[in-house]
Amino acid sequence: MRASRTWRLVAVWTVLTLAAGGVMAWALLSPEPLAARAWFTPGPMTHGHHSIELACGSCHVDAFGGGEVLETSCTGCHGAQLDAANDAHPRAKFTDPRNADLLNVIDARNCVSCHSEHRPEMTHPMGLTLPPDYCLTCHLDIGTERDTHAGLGFEPCASAGCHNYHDNRALYADFLLRHADDPILTAMARVPDRLPGAGVPQPLPSAAPLPTQAPALTGAAMDDWLASAHADAGMGCGSCHAAGGAWVQRPDHTACAGCHGDEVDGFLAGKHGMRLAVDLPPMTPAMARLPMQAQAAHTELGCGSCHAAHRFDVHTAAVESCLSCHADDHSLAYVGSPHHQLWQQEQAGERPPGSGVSCATCHLPRAQHQRAGVTTIRVQHNQNDGLRPNEAMVRPVCQNCHGLGFALDALADPELIRRNFPHAPTHHVESIDMAVRRAEADRARRAVDSSPGP
Amino acid sequence: MTRQPLLTSLTALTALTAMGLLAACGSAPPEAPVSTAPGEAKTITAKAMADGLHAVMSADRTVYTRLIVNRLQNEEKLIKASEHWKEDKALVLPAQMFRFGAEMVAESKPPFSYSLQSLWPINQQNAPKTEAEKAGLAYIAENKGKNYYAEETLGGVKYFTAVYPDNAIAPACVSCHNEHADTPRTDFKLGDVMGGVVIRIPVDA
Ligand code: HEC
Repeated sequence: MRASRTWRLVAVWTVLTLAAGGVMAWALLSPEPLAARAWFTPGPMTHGHHSIELACGSCHVDAFGGGEVLETSCTGCHGAQLDAANDAHPRAKFTDPRNADLLNVIDARNCVSCHSEHRPEMTHPMGLTLPPDYCLTCHLDIGTERDTHAGLGFEPCASAGCHNYHDNRALYADFLLRHADDPILTAMARVPDRLPGAGVPQPLPSAAPLPTQAPALTGAAMDDWLASAHADAGMGCGSCHAAGGAWVQRPDHTACAGCHGDEVDGFLAGKHGMRLAVDLPPMTPAMARLPMQAQAAHTELGCGSCHAAHRFDVHTAAVESCLSCHADDHSLAYVGSPHHQLWQQEQAGERPPGSGVSCATCHLPRAQHQRAGVTTIRVQHNQNDGLRPNEAMVRPVCQNCHGLGFALDALADPELIRRNFPHAPTHHVESIDMAVRRAEADRARRAVDSSPGP
Repeated sequence: MTRQPLLTSLTALTALTAMGLLAACGSAPPEAPVSTAPGEAKTITAKAMADGLHAVMSADRTVYTRLIVNRLQNEEKLIKASEHWKEDKALVLPAQMFRFGAEMVAESKPPFSYSLQSLWPINQQNAPKTEAEKAGLAYIAENKGKNYYAEETLGGVKYFTAVYPDNAIAPACVSCHNEHADTPRTDFKLGDVMGGVVIRIPVDA
């Protein structure tokens, strides 16, 4: 009697354990439904990563790896950008044992020491999970080393428009000095023309007979295509719809990548395309954390969501496409702003090409690239590239039209940004003044040094 | 003389016993006690290793400064050396050349590390931090031509630390440092000790 009862308990326990284990294993390993994987996330992710939260394996590449493994995931996606930014604090600066004491406070050799994921309760802007006065750990003496910094606190080092931990391309002293006398508006005040360079797409053999599955062309699609650059370049239906041989009714970004590889790479690196990059279903505005237009909630993002087929109008993609989804204050305030007025005047032919300012002018800027000695100017399709932090936008975007000081002032004023720059900045960042004061003091000191003594 | 055979047989016996034990354990191949891998038969002192490393660093640094920077910037006036070398399309500074090398070396995790420091640094991060660095830089500045050697424990690891003088070997060293906005010292002369190369080798406690 007793023995059979024990046996039954053991059987029930075994069955329950196996069932629970099975459900968990299924949730972790099966591709569908993805939502089941959410049971395992230790907490919500930062705004940068939340949309790929369920692609656990894109960061946790090895179930048994520790910090080292995570580090390779970080640099796998962000390494090239850090290099391009001349990262001011690369890992290599900290490996020398002379830093051992400081590393006990902040282990600056590892990304995750400052950017800890799944910790929303302690996450600051830029995904920082340290108290924002972290600079003092190593630069405590800056107030005595530099008169200009005497008495300054450490909280605002990286939040007042003066410094960044990684990207200081627009903020280092010599650069500030060089642009100390910049006017508010530059003489040209225009963005550069696109320059495809050697990577111009080669027309594909559009003369090849269309596969038999090709549907009959309706008038609108035909008109749109005829008005497009694709038609000018001789890119026929099959160039996109049958790029791989068989007819594809709705070609995705992989079809575009054949000719527009860099653009697609940029798209996949930003928030619009990063889900596709890790093999998740496409991003939709419903998943976004920013306010979006309700009617666009379920639009799936791909090349075609902004560049509607078959016209692929880059002007539509520069403003209307953005505003069809984005409904935050900054986006809504664009309409009617000084930048928008310039855009409308350019569209109306009243101003020269490149002198208007669309959403894309700033967020998908024309950026110069060097490859194998050839310079190209292409549209950066990673719209987050210039926002990490926003001073990253100064050189490729703002300085096309504005002086450095004006741009730094504007970008350091969150309220002005929220209202989409309705007027000139009233907030002032002192960095250029400080650099100038310091240079003048240095000149004065040298004049005394070299004057004949008494 | 009579003790010789006894000693020999004792040694042989010990060796045989040891080999028997080893064989019984099956842990090490018979030839293990006598290492024959190239370069492993003899040991080299930490000091000799540091001195050797420094000789190479110092020669490379001198060659770069004299043949590249001083010649092209100061004599031929063809191209400048700049801290922002990428942006300014310029030569990298001798100190950057040295640091980039040190950083690349560190990537392969060798059993040593090195850096360029000074009591009068342009970059405050190149000021001495550890006690051995402070003592070493002071010593080489006061005792011209001498090196400084010490041991120190950092982050729980014991190091042999050597500090070698870094001298103003070309006019470019002097002019650039004296004129730099961030320099705390403006009276360097040719031949002066401007700082020091610090080499660290972990040693067993
Ligand atoms: C063109 C300018 C220039 C030249 C030439 C130059 N230096 Fe420097 N040196 C610098 C700068 C700038 C730094 C700081 C680099 C950094 O950020 O770590 C530096 C760093 C150093 C340091 C580390 C301490 C410090 O000041 O930060 C030493 C030591 C040093 N240089 C010695 C020399 C010697 C010796 C020579 C000649 C062989 C030389 N330098 C040539 C500009 C120069």
